Amino acid sequence: MTPLLSVQGITKRYGHHIGCADVSFDLYPGEVMGIVGESGSGKSTLLNCLAGHMTPDAGQVVFDTRADGPRDTVTMSEPARRMLGRTDWAFVHQNARDGLRMGVSAGGNVGERLMAVGARNYGDIRAQATDWLGRVEIDATRVDDRPTTFSGGMQQRLQIARNLVTGPRLVFMDEPTGGLDVSVQARLLDLLRGLVRDMGLSAIIVTHDLAVVRLLADRLMVMKSGHVVEAGLTDQVLDDPQHAYSQLLVSSVLQV
Amino acid sequence: MTMQNDAYNFAYLDEQTKRMIRRAILKGLAIPGYQVPFASREMPMPYGWGTGGVQVSAAVLTPEDTFKVIDQGADDTTNAVSIRTFFERTAGVATTTTTRNATVIQTRHRIPEEPLTEGQILVYQVPIPEPLRFLEPRESETRKMHSLEEYGLMHVKLYEDIARHGHIATSYAYPVKVEGRYVMDPSPIPKFDNPKLGNMAAIQLFGAGREQRIYALPPYTQVVSLDFEDHPFVASKADHPCGMCGAEDSYLDEVIIDDAGGRMFVCSDTDYCEGRQTAGHKGKDAA
Ligand SMILES: Nc1ncnc2c1ncn2[C@@H]1O[C@H](COP(=O)(O)OP(=O)(O)OP(=O)(O)O)[C@@H](O)[C@H]1O
Ligand SMILES: [Mg+2]
Ligand SMILES: [Zn+2]
Repeated sequence: MTPLLSVQGITKRYGHHIGCADVSFDLYPGEVMGIVGESGSGKSTLLNCLAGHMTPDAGQVVFDTRADGPRDTVTMSEPARRMLGRTDWAFVHQNARDGLRMGVSAGGNVGERLMAVGARNYGDIRAQATDWLGRVEIDATRVDDRPTTFSGGMQQRLQIARNLVTGPRLVFMDEPTGGLDVSVQARLLDLLRGLVRDMGLSAIIVTHDLAVVRLLADRLMVMKSGHVVEAGLTDQVLDDPQHAYSQLLVSSVLQV
Repeated sequence: MTMQNDAYNFAYLDEQTKRMIRRAILKGLAIPGYQVPFASREMPMPYGWGTGGVQVSAAVLTPEDTFKVIDQGADDTTNAVSIRTFFERTAGVATTTTTRNATVIQTRHRIPEEPLTEGQILVYQVPIPEPLRFLEPRESETRKMHSLEEYGLMHVKLYEDIARHGHIATSYAYPVKVEGRYVMDPSPIPKFDNPKLGNMAAIQLFGAGREQRIYALPPYTQVVSLDFEDHPFVASKADHPCGMCGAEDSYLDEVIIDDAGGRMFVCSDTDYCEGRQTAGHKGKDAA
């Protein structure tokens, strides 16, 4: 089987400082990869390089495109990469404000990607937006309200709806549950798990929270100082960590 | 007619500045709808008074031209009179209020009712040239959206309109797509005027002074107003005939005519209305 995403030797430096170094892995269709590590370990840097928000200094990010098969997204043209960004890829930001248009109604937020790929029937766009609000458990009566009137958890769910409406194949998430109350986190995780399963999504999820990867991720990479120090099946890594740093990470969580 | 004041170069601007503006105009004509940056000059009038249009007019006027200025359709507002006077003084050009007799027409908020012809130039005063700014304030991002033809956001604006008002409520500065490529703000003309933008025989030039942008439509350019399949663009106007000349096809202003709150609808294009009245047409409110 062809990997959906094949990452080879991704390196990103900030001046002399290492953001992430020589990261390689394959992600197969329907797989969810978790990336964990302490603050500053390079998780967001890596994710941004993979999603085309940042240009890596070295390495390849080969995505299995629908039209042309595997293509290196680092070297493809910017229009083609941006097109992926609003069709086959989705990006869920930690801070919903970074991923939403706060001055646009919930329906407009969800409809934007549809319109970006050419939808021109208002009734259809609105029906799809309303349907998606339902799927992320936002009441349809809120379709014309702005996200500023939504709670943090609702904003995050709206961001997810806005990203998934065009049926992407790969979702990048940076701390999707960060900054939310614990009970709100649990509900969001449940929702994400359902969507990932129902849609057969592939995803890469960056998080500090080992509970998040335990619930969502099939595989796990542990990062430290920009390097991947351990990778494997989630349960294996969490239950039987091999690297000293992973052991520390797992035990520190267990102590909480 | 006033003689040209020798203290100024012809049409106020120095030749080098006019050359720079003409280059921007030519580039704009070569890439219809594309916003060309230019180094806007200080003009002896405030920005709100159409300094972008004034600079474009200054760059295209020749001594043989006949110049007309309209402000919301009228030739006699303070703004129109002062711009007309400015070019009488600085360029010594002939001026007119008759659309047909003008070779260069500077306008704010309207396109004349009488179809323009080849050889005429229509210069628009533009306050905000960027149609995407409403939803995307970052200039770096809007520039990229134009260059990559990422125009979904323009429809988000129209979507919001329908969601809020039940129909596309945008009635001025209604966005258009030019030759299937660039999305353009036609300046705050009523959407009633939008159909005149397309396939026009005259050259259309747009000048934004404060924002330092010029864009253009060469003659006979395809211009399409954006819309949805189930909410098509409609070039609406008040559903009345003109009270003065009886015209059924012209854009109307509603004016209050007495202290008792009496109103009437009258052509916003004063030259058009007067022309019709002179030709014997009479509306129901005409004396
Ligand atoms: N724009 C930047 N300029 C310079 N250094 C940066 C920049 N962004 C990140 N870094 C550095 O790169 C390293 C990796 O940062 P990154 O944000 O990827 O970590 P992270 O694992 O996402 O951390 P967190 O969990 O706090 O979000 C850190 O040492 C950070 O200080
Ligand atoms: Mg981070
Ligand atoms: Zn009239």
